[in-house]
Amino acid sequence: MSEIVLRADGVGKRFGGFTALSGVNLEVRAGERLGLIGPNGSGKSTFTNCLAGAFPSHDGGFTFKGQKLAGLKSHERARRGLARTFQLPRPFRGLSVFENIRVPLAYAGRHEATEERAMECLEAVELAGKAQRMPKELTQVELRRLELARATALKPELLIADEAMAGLSHAEVDQILALLFRLNAGGTTIIMIEHVMRAVTEFSQRLAVLVAGKKVADGDPRTVLSMPEVEEAYLGR
Amino acid sequence: MDPDLALLLNGIVSGLLLGGLYAAAAAGLSISFGMLDVVNIAHPAFMVLGAMLVALFWGATGIDPLVLSILLTPAFWALGAAIYVAYHHFFERRGDEAIQGLAFFFGVMFIIEIGLVLAIGPEQHFADASYANTTWRLGEIDLPLRMLVPALVAFLAIGGLALFLRHSFTGRAIAAVAQDREALRLLAIDPVRIKRLAFGISIAMAALAGGALVVVQPVDAGSGHIFIGRVFAIVIMGGLSSLWGCVLAALAFGVVENVTASFYGPSWSPAVAFGALLLVLAVRPQGFFGRVA
Amino acid sequence: MSDATLPAMPVFPAPRRMGHGAFWLACAVAALALIAVLRGIGSEYAYFAATFVLQYVVLATAWNILGGYAGYVNFGAAAFFAAGAYTTVAIGKALGLSLLPCIGFAALVGGALGLGTGLLTLRLRGAYFAIATLCLSVVLQTLVVNWNYVGGSRGAYVIRPRDIPWPFDTYSGYLCAVAVVLAAAAIAIARTIEKSRLGLGLAALRDDEQAAEAAGVPTLRLKLIATTISGAMMAVAGAPLPLLGSYVEPTSAFGLAYAVNAIAMPLIGGTASWAGPLIGAVLLSSLQQAATVTISSAANLLIVGVVLVVFVCAAPHGILGLFRKGGR
Repeated sequence: MSEIVLRADGVGKRFGGFTALSGVNLEVRAGERLGLIGPNGSGKSTFTNCLAGAFPSHDGGFTFKGQKLAGLKSHERARRGLARTFQLPRPFRGLSVFENIRVPLAYAGRHEATEERAMECLEAVELAGKAQRMPKELTQVELRRLELARATALKPELLIADEAMAGLSHAEVDQILALLFRLNAGGTTIIMIEHVMRAVTEFSQRLAVLVAGKKVADGDPRTVLSMPEVEEAYLGR
Repeated sequence: MDPDLALLLNGIVSGLLLGGLYAAAAAGLSISFGMLDVVNIAHPAFMVLGAMLVALFWGATGIDPLVLSILLTPAFWALGAAIYVAYHHFFERRGDEAIQGLAFFFGVMFIIEIGLVLAIGPEQHFADASYANTTWRLGEIDLPLRMLVPALVAFLAIGGLALFLRHSFTGRAIAAVAQDREALRLLAIDPVRIKRLAFGISIAMAALAGGALVVVQPVDAGSGHIFIGRVFAIVIMGGLSSLWGCVLAALAFGVVENVTASFYGPSWSPAVAFGALLLVLAVRPQGFFGRVA
Repeated sequence: MSDATLPAMPVFPAPRRMGHGAFWLACAVAALALIAVLRGIGSEYAYFAATFVLQYVVLATAWNILGGYAGYVNFGAAAFFAAGAYTTVAIGKALGLSLLPCIGFAALVGGALGLGTGLLTLRLRGAYFAIATLCLSVVLQTLVVNWNYVGGSRGAYVIRPRDIPWPFDTYSGYLCAVAVVLAAAAIAIARTIEKSRLGLGLAALRDDEQAAEAAGVPTLRLKLIATTISGAMMAVAGAPLPLLGSYVEPTSAFGLAYAVNAIAMPLIGGTASWAGPLIGAVLLSSLQQAATVTISSAANLLIVGVVLVVFVCAAPHGILGLFRKGGR
């Protein structure tokens, strides 16, 4: 079995009196495709934000490639190969598609910051033809692909794809899935956070389930999905 | 009484009275900036506009300045509503609020100020209320009515505003628009209409504050400058959308400024007050009296 | 992604553009040409008017590095400008230095002030940052008003040096040439930043700070760099002021006119590029110069206000934006 690339130890986060996440332990192995699911408000995004460094303080900690992440800012985590996409695409609206990709290339320093490299990243998501367009000229699915291209320009070892398929059509979901599979085949570990169940089940080798901020299940997708507490959380709401 | 103590007590009391004026000036902004998220840096300029108009009408009619300022409120309400319509049309709707919206109000402030200079002149204007030269004395402490009456009127107006926001349907809708725009849509309330109404109220409050200002001190076209930092400081320290926080912050601000002025000379008081705001912004941007978000 | 597809790819990258060195050279040539033309006209008024316009070119360009590139609106431009002016007064009085070293000191003071502002406002965004800078302006003005060494609220007189550097015929001519060089340097610096990695990072953080962080951009550090450079350049813009009018006092040096112009000029020209502040500054300050002569000094400020409001409403991307609309 391959080595553990990410370990979460008792990660928790409170907002005022509200506990969004508590005591979450998780291990992800290199090259793995992990699905992280749970109803709305179950803490998936909070988990992502804690891991990506968007919240400076939370309980517990993460170990990424054997290094503790505590105290590292978002951009430092990005430079270590931890990439994320945002639930709603957040392109740099004042920059062209091409320049959007140049930002991670120029700053994360994990790829040579050449124009060819930027075009390759765009090629990979089939956006090369729109390199000089502005984000506002892109369709929703193209924005998602741009979001993924910006993450892959970091040459990530771990990618957290936060609802990369919400609101897309059947065919569009397949496009994004194919992209993620290709990326994974290239060696990137992927945590997929998703509501589109078809995509999660097709993609994940393993499923972890969050309910009300706690991890209630973790294991083989088919087993996990047939567990009564998971069914209850999903169907009983 | 020890003269230093008397000086301090007087400094505190007149600071509290000055705080009343500041509260009037800041209450309107607490609606526009705190609740509606419209960064109206022209708010003090509207206040000065109100003050100058009051001074002009007082010169012509001799009616009490505070009464005049109340008479001005409907016109200012309409002016505010009109400006909000423009602001919404050009900025809010487009999502260009940040830089362009700020610059818009900066420009509006400038136009009001220079317009006043061109129309009325750069000199100071004043309006004497009939009670302006009366001072009540409580032992060593002076209570000049010139300060006391505007402060009381300000507190009355803010109290009325607070009641309106808490108990009327429209008032609660205004408070709700600050929290969640979508919730209003679900209730079939047009958030733009509510915000227009609320922005009008905030500008009407500026007229009232202008009346209070011109009773307290002579006013010229540029008098608004010094208030920009003050009112934003007060609203931020007060926790943005809380009227009571705003009043408390205004009183604290008035006292700090006044005591500094009594002991170190008036030229230092702005630095102390603004230094306080800079610290607040650096250390605790959510304010001192607001709810913890 | 394979190598085989690469050569077939269209040559994309941004249209060819001038390198940094070439642009600096072009700025230097333009500056020399402008100095020669002004020397040719040789009238005191031409020198004064040109210096007036050029100081705004520097101020607007400097403001735009933070305001336009990074998206942080600084309402305290006047404070930085005045800090430069008062550095000249204080250093000139204390050390008896001439204008050029004073400009160097002004850059240091403005840079330190900018860095301080940045550190104090690290966590502030949008309107809060703008308000904090406004406060800073008031605090600084209060300090200067209470600082008797530089004249306090009465202001300070500065006597122009008797000897005029070669090859200028009058001190105004020299001052004007200095302003030309400062403006050319400011534009070259702005353009260099804009087209560099730093400019790319600032543009990213302007659009979305969290997304920029996620892309590896150290947003806090870039913000500090931008406040420092912008502050230093705004102070440099103000450094020649005391010698231009021979007299400087707090109310006018900290005047809202500088703050509003520093904002209005880039917004009118267009904030996305170095050319925007240049166009805006030249247009607006020439207009004000003309209005001051023909109408009144209050009216010219009214014009600035009206033009600013009309532009942000009707042309939110400035004059440059009007031209680019078809392109993009």
